[in-house]
Amino acid sequence: MHDSQVWQLNHVGRRTALKLCATLGGLAALGGGSGILHAATDSSGVGSAAERIVTTSCHVNCGSRCVLRAHVANNIITRIETDDSGDDAYGMHQVRACLRGRSMRKRVYAPERLKYPMIRTGKRGEGKFKRVSWDEALDAIAVKMKDIKERFGNEAFYLNYCTGNLGGRVSKSWPPAQTPVARLMNCWGGYLNHYGTYSTAQIAMAMPYLYGSNMGNAISDIVSSKLVVMFGNNPASTRMSGGGIIHDLLVAREKSDVRLIVVDPTFTDTAAVADEWIAIRPGTDAALCAAIAHVLIGEGLADQRFLDTYCVGFDEEHMPAGMPANSSYKAYVLGQGPDGQAKTPDWAATICGVPAETIVRLARQIGQAKPCCISQGWGPQRHSNGEDACRAIAMLAVLTGNVGIAGGNTGAREGGFLIPFALFPTLTNPVKDEISVFMWTDAIMRGQEMTALRDGVHNRDRLKAPIKFIWNYAGNALVNQHADINRTAAILGDESKCEMIVVHENFMTPSARFADILLPGTTNLEENDFTVSEAASEMAYAIFAHKVIEPLFESRDIYDTCADLAGRLGVRDQFTEGRTRDQWLQYLLEQSRPNVPGLPATLDDAWKMGVVKVKNPGAPFVAYKTFRDDPVANPLTTPSGKIEIFSKRLWDIGHSWELPEGDRIPAVPEFTGEPEGYLSPRRSQFPLQLVTFHYKQRTHSTYGNVPWLKEVAPQELWINPIDAGQRAIRHGDSVRVFNDRGTSVIAAKVTPRVMPGVVLLPEGAWYAPDAEGHDHAGSANMLTTQHPSPLAKGNPQHSSLVEVARA
Amino acid sequence: MLKHPAFHIDIATCTGCKTCMIACKDKNDLADGVKWRRVSEYAGGGWVQRNDNTLTQDVFAYYISVACNHCEEPICVSVCPTTAMHKDESGIVLVDASKCIGCHYCEWACPYRAPQYNAAAGVMTKCNFCIDFQREGKPPACVAACPTRSLTFGEYEALKKQFGESALIAPLPDPAITKPNLFVTPGRTAKPMGSASGSIRNPEEV
Repeated sequence: MHDSQVWQLNHVGRRTALKLCATLGGLAALGGGSGILHAATDSSGVGSAAERIVTTSCHVNCGSRCVLRAHVANNIITRIETDDSGDDAYGMHQVRACLRGRSMRKRVYAPERLKYPMIRTGKRGEGKFKRVSWDEALDAIAVKMKDIKERFGNEAFYLNYCTGNLGGRVSKSWPPAQTPVARLMNCWGGYLNHYGTYSTAQIAMAMPYLYGSNMGNAISDIVSSKLVVMFGNNPASTRMSGGGIIHDLLVAREKSDVRLIVVDPTFTDTAAVADEWIAIRPGTDAALCAAIAHVLIGEGLADQRFLDTYCVGFDEEHMPAGMPANSSYKAYVLGQGPDGQAKTPDWAATICGVPAETIVRLARQIGQAKPCCISQGWGPQRHSNGEDACRAIAMLAVLTGNVGIAGGNTGAREGGFLIPFALFPTLTNPVKDEISVFMWTDAIMRGQEMTALRDGVHNRDRLKAPIKFIWNYAGNALVNQHADINRTAAILGDESKCEMIVVHENFMTPSARFADILLPGTTNLEENDFTVSEAASEMAYAIFAHKVIEPLFESRDIYDTCADLAGRLGVRDQFTEGRTRDQWLQYLLEQSRPNVPGLPATLDDAWKMGVVKVKNPGAPFVAYKTFRDDPVANPLTTPSGKIEIFSKRLWDIGHSWELPEGDRIPAVPEFTGEPEGYLSPRRSQFPLQLVTFHYKQRTHSTYGNVPWLKEVAPQELWINPIDAGQRAIRHGDSVRVFNDRGTSVIAAKVTPRVMPGVVLLPEGAWYAPDAEGHDHAGSANMLTTQHPSPLAKGNPQHSSLVEVARA
Repeated sequence: MLKHPAFHIDIATCTGCKTCMIACKDKNDLADGVKWRRVSEYAGGGWVQRNDNTLTQDVFAYYISVACNHCEEPICVSVCPTTAMHKDESGIVLVDASKCIGCHYCEWACPYRAPQYNAAAGVMTKCNFCIDFQREGKPPACVAACPTRSLTFGEYEALKKQFGESALIAPLPDPAITKPNLFVTPGRTAKPMGSASGSIRNPEEV
């Protein structure tokens, strides 16, 4: 899913960005652009006589961005290598692509490539199309756009969540407001926007109630830690690049040998290189953290001076005015609040599955290690109770006073080092209405019923129009990556509801099958673009990705497509401002050069340079350091300026929003059972908790059609030997994974690496239904729910109960 | 060109990402099913479900990436009936395709299953240590690819000096069989050679 923009938006506030600019300006003033390396080579590279080596990138949505060096002869890619520049010394290290980037030529030449524009002939979703010309396709889109605009207004146009080209600049596919499609729509009256992401809906929404923003220390900062505890954070799988977080983590541990504990339902690939794994039932992190808090408070390990100085709502003496007695976090933990339940290790143990003695030991280790890095990935928050889980984990950092210091952390996911490279300008959206990224299927069905207080509509009390037109450029969340595929397919299948779906895509994906008009897009190896680093700790970089081969078949890039459509809508000049794609790239270079030293002057120079790398000139990033240093001069952006352990804003929301029965928005990070969690009565019918995870075969669904990757990392259901034995399932058996929403058939991987009672499906496999509607690819969203989380109205994709049986 | 090249793998930092496998497949344009480099997942340990709904476990897992180890006593060479399998002057074990009859003896004999059959060509194939790259002064594709820098290569004596004697860990075979040019640095949970505490959990991938 989207990773990178959250990184940019949440991890680097305006203040940080300005500081970065200042720092980089300072670097330039030192002269000679110290810290700048001109890596890689372009067409001058040596190969066989007819062979060129062209620098390009893998810029899909994994959070990393990687250098690829494509060998090409006679317009055919023959090999993909990666960054081999310099001596690989850390800080100017090689940005080595992972297995997926290295398989890129199989993706470019995949048989699923779309070859020419097509218009649907069968029922929507049936996958029947006829070939048309580009002119016919664009004419048909323009006619329908004008018709829908006339009947429903611009609010009926939606740009769906699409992150296949996340790392591009001109070809960027998310967030919608940074895409060429948004620029087109903004020239023509605007579109319904979305907030949040499928990756981070709950944490991105909830953490600002605690801290004012959602930031964490750089992972490289663990060189100063005495202990690192990672909750659901698995950089070995989610940040695999050799220029990304896993490399930063391993280098930091090589320096400090700091003890690393992984808390996760799975023995992850990160656990494989850690010191200890603590297995926890999915969706119960808040219970574990409350029990750790109970020990910290009871044994005097909480940092009372920090809590008194920097926080609101820890105890009854530091509450906002007018709140009922015993509403503080401490009252909740000690059982003095409304539930009367002390959150003891014994209480938590039966919920989380973590033995009470392990909880006590972990709490003491966290309390005694000074400083201690508490971090989390985005798994704990992708739950029905994720808004509270992520804040509960952060509470461990707050209670122990580890916020704002080197070697500590906020409890959030790691931040890093970025360069302020300009974005493609997309003008202003005249439509201000926004829905949660997860609510678009509802907005198709009942748009005008959706309100601010019930459905999380932003900037308007009630949606003005249902979604009637969907743009789906470079993404697979139209079907595959949204929850509950059967419900989604039924909603999209009603052609009277959403009247037109335009898909601009490289391949015949499950989402592409639901297009009305299907446009063949170029892959990023068939176009010029820039790729700027995102998830990296100590070195930022920009890759000047030069077109490797001419576009295959009739594929066209998104910029030219939008420009031609803009012509049909009468806004071509506004859209292009007289610039070609390459002229926009030149414009972005010029916009960025004052802020990023060492950038080339011209595109030709950029293609020759290949990559520009910038080493972090300072210490590893520490979130909220200025606040820690002087909380009066540098308050947080919360209403109180402090860390709001009790959030009055959440209290008000919890008492004013219309929530379905069972949904809660507590003011302090409480543990709440999930509709489909370990404590749910539904478990008598579907006893296993299903968690999805990022898998080496794919970045979400991208690369899901590459045979090499399926060969080395096949799609499998992970199941514990105890659960497998009870169902007579052996390793390699074909199994049915099912609940009342759907069925998926896939081979079983019987492994002790997943805890009993939990099964895992790697997310992103391409939905492959049979005649009965059963999926045969192991596509996880056959099983997930569209019931949104309470506050963020986000996707709870790790809160699904299932049963498994031999197929 | 090194005189006596050997591989080194650091189990303590290998995350099993398999980039080495794909870099090898891309560089050598290997057919479906042919994997000159393979990453085995060795895992084990068990679970105890306690009466209070809690669980304890002693689960472990680690990865080991293996190609051809260009052994000092290559059993593949000794069993080859046609002398197609041979060791060159640098110690790199190579197949002479013009002599190979595709009999699979080398594959069956090799405790690492390094030689693999190319059905289209009717001959055995295997890792050649990227001898072409080495002659250009470049590292093998798998080594250059490794995102965690766990896989390296070098002169045998230099590696021995740097890393000491190779660890004898499961699931690797007894090095006495072929004397492999492979150094292994164990991780926290590494089990000794011959251990029955775990097993290869990804047979379908290797």
